[in-house]
Amino acid sequence: MRDAEGHGKFGGVGSLRNAGLRFCLLVSVGLFCLGPVLWQAVTSVKPDQDLVRLPPIWPDHATGSHYERVLLESPLAQSLANSAIVAASATTVAVVVGSFCAFALARLPIAGKPVILGLVLATSMFPPIAVISPLYLLMRALGLRDTLVAVGLTHAVYALPLAVWLLTSVFRQLPSELYYAARVDGCTPLRALLTVLLPLARPGLAVAALLVFIFSWNEFMFALTLTASDSTRTAPVAVALFPGLYEIPWGDLAAASLLVTLPVAGLAVLFQRHIVAGLTAGSVKG
Amino acid sequence: MTSPRFTGTERPTGLFRLSERGWGYLLAAPAFALVGLMALAPIMAALWLSLHRRMPIFGVDEFVGIWNYLQLWNDDRFWAACRTTLYFTGLSVTAELILGFGLAILLDRVTSGTGRSPRLAQVMIILPWAIPTVVSAQIWAWLYQPDYGLLTYLLLQSGFIAAPIDWLADPDWAIHAAVVMDIWKTTPFAALLLLAGLTSVPQELYAAARVDGAGVWHQFRHITVPLLMPVIVIVLVFRTMDAVRVFDAVFVLTGGGPGNTTETLSIYAYKTLFQTLQFGYGSALATAMFVIVAALSSLYVLLLRRHLRETM
Repeated sequence: MRDAEGHGKFGGVGSLRNAGLRFCLLVSVGLFCLGPVLWQAVTSVKPDQDLVRLPPIWPDHATGSHYERVLLESPLAQSLANSAIVAASATTVAVVVGSFCAFALARLPIAGKPVILGLVLATSMFPPIAVISPLYLLMRALGLRDTLVAVGLTHAVYALPLAVWLLTSVFRQLPSELYYAARVDGCTPLRALLTVLLPLARPGLAVAALLVFIFSWNEFMFALTLTASDSTRTAPVAVALFPGLYEIPWGDLAAASLLVTLPVAGLAVLFQRHIVAGLTAGSVKG
Repeated sequence: MTSPRFTGTERPTGLFRLSERGWGYLLAAPAFALVGLMALAPIMAALWLSLHRRMPIFGVDEFVGIWNYLQLWNDDRFWAACRTTLYFTGLSVTAELILGFGLAILLDRVTSGTGRSPRLAQVMIILPWAIPTVVSAQIWAWLYQPDYGLLTYLLLQSGFIAAPIDWLADPDWAIHAAVVMDIWKTTPFAALLLLAGLTSVPQELYAAARVDGAGVWHQFRHITVPLLMPVIVIVLVFRTMDAVRVFDAVFVLTGGGPGNTTETLSIYAYKTLFQTLQFGYGSALATAMFVIVAALSSLYVLLLRRHLRETM
């Protein structure tokens, strides 16, 4: 359809329509992107004696012992559960609070909107390291140090700018007549938001929720500094502080890495179209 | 400006008699409160802390004014960290933009004309983006392993190197090893944005250029690049911000070593704050870094102004 004239966009690369070449190029891009992860997957099923020599690249037989060890004999399962709790609650808080704020910015006549949106953008540019020590002291003062609440709340706050930014444009795209019709029918703005606008904004809410969840699941610096024990560590912290200072158990580490990656990689693949739409929102159409 | 009012149909009960404007502030309040308490207040507190000499383990807490900043000015390790950070940022952002452009054009070409959506390709390039940075650092640490890491093995087999290299222990290689890892992790993000931009370029422009006899390079230089400029700027903004603030990638990969050759500003600040527990000096470091990021941000915001105006 876009190549109706029968030429490629760049005349000289028209030969890319050749299926074989196309396949080769896709494979090399695939190797670049997936190669390191595939190697980690191979490593995670290699028996211990095959880990300290190369070749063989492929092990003669696969073993599940690394997975068994990290899941049953290390605190990784606890860390994965912690990450799930933290990411789920951060997502809930950021999306709920974010959609209220975004709705106010998009539809209600509050003063200084450009300033607020600018401030929102500026907040997302703060280097986390600049706030980490006061935040640490604040959490200690509140008695929240080394709790999941501290990590989840921090993630929610630092994901808020993203959620507000995305959701404001989502609410702006909904016809304003819908909102005014609900108001004329006697809804308060809050009820109009909850019963009329939010159901229509579901795709946008899902994108915001996905991006916040992935951010929170992957976040490392806050999680590292605000937690201090196995019972509160999130999965990335567990992977970073993987036990074994002198001899790194590469097989176990590979298994742990893959287990930690699985949930977000799964989400990314399942909802790839929505995520790409969310990431490119605003950047392409302005 | 007058706000629309619906007083005639509004139920006049208690709390619900707020004006539109009042509702606006009420609904925005939780977000403002959270950001104020946990982002703006800590920033102010960090500024305040940076004017103190504060080391809780020694019971030291005194106001020293700008002494910390004066010390910073004479701190070789700080300037080294600045250089490392800017070197890392310059190298990785440039490479990411160029490679991301290449990848985007490749995917655009490969998937166009087939009538199929580039789903498979997008799935492939979204994976490195989705992987936790910490995990990607560990993945690469294993690839870089000098004795039985895959990279050394492949390079030895193909004859590119004669002897194994301990990538992460070599002062010259370590920072580049971190750059390569960062490129792998974030080029997909650049490629995704640029790909979205490429697909929005009207094909007629290329057809017209071909009729006028413009070659591939001319089409790229005079159609693709100018039309994609907004996307390019956004990629540069996001990637520069992240690269200047880089922490987990390098921290997990090298811990700042060998020596301090891969110590970025974030890592230096982190070590000062949490390993030597100098909250005052660490906050001064963090503030200096904030100033650098803010300077770069405002530069970019100036570039982005047109965009911001359109969305508001």
